[in-house]
Amino acid sequence: MSTSVFKPGERQLSDPGSGPTENYLNAGFSAKSWLLTVDHKRIAILYLISLTFFFLIGGLFALLIRLELLTPAGDLMQSETYNKMFTMHGIIMVFFFLIPAVPAVFGNFLIPLMIGAKDLAFPRLNLLSWYLYIGGGLLAILAIAFGGVDTGWTFYTPYSSTYSNSNVILAALGAFIAGFSSILTGLNFIVTIHKMRAPGMTWFRLPLMVWGHYATSIIQILGTPVVAITIVLVALERLFSIGIFNPKLGGDPILFQHLFWFYSHPAVYIMILPSMGVMSEVITCFSRKKIFGYDFIAFSSLAIAVLGFLVWGHHMYTSGQSIYTSMVFSILTFLVAIPSAIKVFNWTATLYKGSVSYSAPMLYAIGFLGLFTIGGLTGVFLATLAVDVHVHDTYFVVAHFHYIMVGGAIMGYMAALHFWWPKMTGRLYPEGWARFSALVIFVGFHLTFFPQFIVGYMGMPRRYHVYPEEFQILNVFSTAGATILGIGYLIPLVYFLWSLKYGPRSSANPWNAKGLEWEQAGSPPETFNFRDTPVVMEGAYEYEPKIWLK
Amino acid sequence: MAHHTIPTRVYYTIFFTLMVLTGLTVWVAFQDLGAWNDVVALSIATLKATLVILYFMHVRYSSKLTHAFIVAGFLFLVILLAITMSDYLTRDTLIAPKAWDLM
Ligand code: HEM
Ligand SMILES: [Cu+2]
Repeated sequence: MSTSVFKPGERQLSDPGSGPTENYLNAGFSAKSWLLTVDHKRIAILYLISLTFFFLIGGLFALLIRLELLTPAGDLMQSETYNKMFTMHGIIMVFFFLIPAVPAVFGNFLIPLMIGAKDLAFPRLNLLSWYLYIGGGLLAILAIAFGGVDTGWTFYTPYSSTYSNSNVILAALGAFIAGFSSILTGLNFIVTIHKMRAPGMTWFRLPLMVWGHYATSIIQILGTPVVAITIVLVALERLFSIGIFNPKLGGDPILFQHLFWFYSHPAVYIMILPSMGVMSEVITCFSRKKIFGYDFIAFSSLAIAVLGFLVWGHHMYTSGQSIYTSMVFSILTFLVAIPSAIKVFNWTATLYKGSVSYSAPMLYAIGFLGLFTIGGLTGVFLATLAVDVHVHDTYFVVAHFHYIMVGGAIMGYMAALHFWWPKMTGRLYPEGWARFSALVIFVGFHLTFFPQFIVGYMGMPRRYHVYPEEFQILNVFSTAGATILGIGYLIPLVYFLWSLKYGPRSSANPWNAKGLEWEQAGSPPETFNFRDTPVVMEGAYEYEPKIWLK
Repeated sequence: MAHHTIPTRVYYTIFFTLMVLTGLTVWVAFQDLGAWNDVVALSIATLKATLVILYFMHVRYSSKLTHAFIVAGFLFLVILLAITMSDYLTRDTLIAPKAWDLM
């Protein structure tokens, strides 16, 4: 294969309106061409569709939770049913939406394009990952169909391993299988990033999105096996009464919490690091500026990946863990806020004196910036041992992690969806509607979750379906907000589907953005991404404000 | 590296060693070594796992990068065990005196 020298901004591939050329979408239309595809871009689309499905299911449970909490009395459902609602909301959203979301869709689609490769290192393994994800997801759906699970997404023992008479094994097995999907994706990314970069694509020319996914992948391959084994141990105790976690059988319930959080704290970074990668791409493009402090952002991702493994005990301050260990975990948790803060400051500094424009992806990115900051800072409150003893297991914690997971991770997901939609589908979405729904989501989000900080601080515990009257007004706000938020997510669903058929055709680089996927590949890209292997001559984000103005 | 051919003799030797170690594990299980029971059993298991990783999984003949990832895996296992043990070993320290002890 010949090579061509990559000059920034030199080529405009397919012209807008010139009709479809050969690309990965029209390379085959049969069901088989999709279900047996090894093209990373098609697999990304398969993930996008299945993730949207699980997001809707998870959202449905959220809706039921918020409806029940509209009034202090438990008038909509039994406490047992309510337990199942929040459990299945958590399991679906964490294991089947947030953990795979950005890597499986955008990492899959973009990493080969961003580094100038034809595909991931192991295309078949990539397809297997999707099937594992679907297999795990089906088990979770089965668990729901058979009556649900009621342990909380955390599967705490000995309740999960001995006492609960809901479908623990099915749901846990689903999470277990989805875990292998996650491991294989991480493995694929790491090998791809090491081995398949185009000539000239040095480590420090990589888009920061790629660094973010590299750090994520490390967590996935090192952490996920631990939770997998832990799930197996729960199953062994449940099925054969082998004493591991249940004190009655000679086990220790706190051991479960250690093993579970050893994975699940790092897992929260699996959810946020890829979105942080998205942030770096979007912020630079819509400020027309080079990123501020490339190296710091790149290394802070790795620092988060490593430090993230040292802080799990902050979920266990009130569990009976030794006080000495709690103190150590508290200090270590403060440390992990540093690399997170570095990123926030660097993105903000990137905006400074940029020529900022407010297209929909940028609105989501700016939303991320503010919401992640609130989520991260309240995390520092929670990391403080004495404070956490009071607010642990209250709505304050629920608000904290939703600010990060919904306000951060999903905002990043939405930013990515809008930013790369023209690249993935070759169509433009309606910008006015997109900005409008970004606004709706922002307002709905705050109305849903800000009151939860207050009501949690006032002492409302999480995971109960009844509460004292004085908390009602804040809960009404929250339910109203959730309704607005839900509508905010449905609007994009409608206009994205609309744009598939009626959206104007996109040029190769509608945002005039930097990066191989924009400058060297068509919209949508052809099956093997690039006609010629690109040769990279410059770092990421060499934006010049002038181009935007002309 | 990747194209290194390993004589079958090596595989047989490793296999034989693994079998001997398995026998040893069984034998040790019937000896009462007191506090050393777990230590000895786990040491043998670790040795066996190391042999499998180095030879059967060809890590001994792989690149430095592969070594780095394998070592990272072990490092994280050490972190898991060390910090978890730091909890179990200090459950009795730093506990405020009970009110009834002060009376
Ligand atoms: C910026 C640094 C962060 C700090 C210092 C921090 C701190 C904490 C602490 C101390 C808790 C335990 C509270 C309790 O249960 O009493 C907690 C809970 C939680 N955090 Fe964070 N956090 C941070 C970032 C994140 C991120 C990035 C995510 C997700 C993407 C996240 C998701 C969660 C979740 C899901 C829980 C609750 C788990 C549960 O009990 O169900 N946190 N956080
Ligand atoms: Cu945590």
